[in-house]
Amino acid sequence: MTSIIKMEKIRKIYDTGKVKVEALKGIDLDVRAGELVAIVGPSGSGKSTLMNLLGCLDTPTDGVYELGGENVGGVTRDQLAEIRNRRVGFVFQNFNLLPHISALENVELPMLFGGLPPKERRARANELLDRVGLGDRVDHKPTELSGGQMQRVAIARALAMNPDIVLADEPTGNLDTSSGTDIMSIFTDLWKAGRTLIIITHDPALAKRASRIVEIRDGRITSDRRSEEAA
Amino acid sequence: MKKDLHIITSLFASSGQLQKKRAFLTIAAIAWGTVAILLLLAFGEGLKRQLSKNRRAMGENITVLWPGETSKAWKGMPPGRRIRPRIDDLEFIRERMPELKSVIGEVVSWRTAIAYERKTINGRVNGVNYEYGDARKHFPMPGGRWLTPEDDKQRRRVAFLGDEMANDLFGKDINPVGKTILINNAPYIVIGVMQHKTQMGAYQGPDAQHAVVPMSTFKAQFGRERLQNLVLETRRPEDMKAAIRKFNEIMGPKYGYDPTDDRAFGTWNTVETAKVSLMIAVGIEMFLGIVGALTLLIGGVGVANIMFAVIKERTREIGVKMALGAKSRWIIWPFVLEALLYTFIGGALGIMIATLLATGATFIPVESSEVMSFLGRPTLSPQIGIATSLILGLIGLMAGYFPARRAARVDPAATLRYE
Repeated sequence: MTSIIKMEKIRKIYDTGKVKVEALKGIDLDVRAGELVAIVGPSGSGKSTLMNLLGCLDTPTDGVYELGGENVGGVTRDQLAEIRNRRVGFVFQNFNLLPHISALENVELPMLFGGLPPKERRARANELLDRVGLGDRVDHKPTELSGGQMQRVAIARALAMNPDIVLADEPTGNLDTSSGTDIMSIFTDLWKAGRTLIIITHDPALAKRASRIVEIRDGRITSDRRSEEAA
Repeated sequence: MKKDLHIITSLFASSGQLQKKRAFLTIAAIAWGTVAILLLLAFGEGLKRQLSKNRRAMGENITVLWPGETSKAWKGMPPGRRIRPRIDDLEFIRERMPELKSVIGEVVSWRTAIAYERKTINGRVNGVNYEYGDARKHFPMPGGRWLTPEDDKQRRRVAFLGDEMANDLFGKDINPVGKTILINNAPYIVIGVMQHKTQMGAYQGPDAQHAVVPMSTFKAQFGRERLQNLVLETRRPEDMKAAIRKFNEIMGPKYGYDPTDDRAFGTWNTVETAKVSLMIAVGIEMFLGIVGALTLLIGGVGVANIMFAVIKERTREIGVKMALGAKSRWIIWPFVLEALLYTFIGGALGIMIATLLATGATFIPVESSEVMSFLGRPTLSPQIGIATSLILGLIGLMAGYFPARRAARVDPAATLRYE
């Protein structure tokens, strides 16, 4: 299996002017295609910073990060945006859907940025929403959907550009237990279909379903376990 | 490029709705600014046109010369000698300067008794050759005529009256044309009355207050043939300087003065003064335009302000778009378009209101009041429209661009954190 994510000696220092905070103190991480990785750790451990770096929302202060064989160091903001568009699908705790446009248009958005023609966008967005069980809700605005439904729209959106990795940040944090379980099942299904997923969470029940659990504490990886009987 | 355009217009079309009240106020501010700049410019344009019309009322492409005293010694003759040209100098100049459109002489009798029936007034009588009428814009009212060469040849006792003098002498009810008046007790037939004009420049006095008779008749009655003034008219304005130089080169040897002596003949070159007055008018217009543009700028600041607020409101939305792979220009331009849209709507409203007001101004009777006849009537021209549109566009662009640039600097990682 090929490496999708390759991080070597990644450090991230936030310079607020008065104090310098070293959020990540040398992270080495290798994720292969088709893995379902849970990144766990208490708050303030640096897992959000790691997620920003993994998702190319931010660049490391030091170290090398290769995503899908492409070095993401030293690129411009616009180039970084393009990498995010092609290689990363995001699922956030608070969904982050645009409130004034329909579910369909939300799913189309990454494809608009990716330069897909309108017809193809529409067809693919419909297909994806269908796959997450929202085929009858395509024209609903996010405000007209429940939390679980919104998160399913977000998953459809994350898959729109057929990315190398799907990055989920506390995807069940804002959901009740049953919706959370639904969402988790979708992730598991995606993993079984061969997707690479990285889920950041502090929920042990959720983490247990992953094939690999990476624990991070105080800016360092403290444990990295693979469980064969996961899912 | 085409892809960019598609993305930007798609994003613009799907962007959130602005609060109605805020949008309305901003659009009103832009409309107000547009009305202000348009009306100020229209006022300036009206003033410029009226000034130029009033200035032309004395004549175009003319130079008025009046004999003075020499200020330079010339061929052994001392300075301070008076120059006294005569009527026959007109022919002398005409022969030597055929390029001139006309050479006009004026002889004047001041405070002359002019009488119609029992009414007598003291007024100015000018003896002139017939070319004077065209060059000095003495156009007769309907029913009358101007002097002809034949009047001069036959020494006819005919008089052309300024409109104010005609009014003083005859009152409102009598048509002066065909009536006989007495000038220094000699009978003259009134052949015409001058059409009213607002005159900016004058020498001797306003044209409306004098009587004009043929030069030959004047000479026969008053026995004078020394010219009070000469008026040279060129065909083109740019020929004037050379014409004045040549005039002095011709008259200098004849009257014994240095052709470079600018005191021998006092000179009023209306081509030069026209340039100055045009510059003043353009200056006034520019000043009014700047005042208007500043007013519009305040509207622009309003738009920029709104855009800052909108961007602050949509920070999360911007962050989401960036996370999904939007490039900075796809973030910036929808906002610029939005600002341009408000500016455009406000501007269009303003242009409509200003056009209505300017159309209303055409019903103001300019000739009726003294003030209006100098200020003129506010006039909108295509140039004003283009200039205003350019300023509007520029303001809209700036009002959108600077706030949008801030939007593009949003850090997606920071905005996507938990609420």
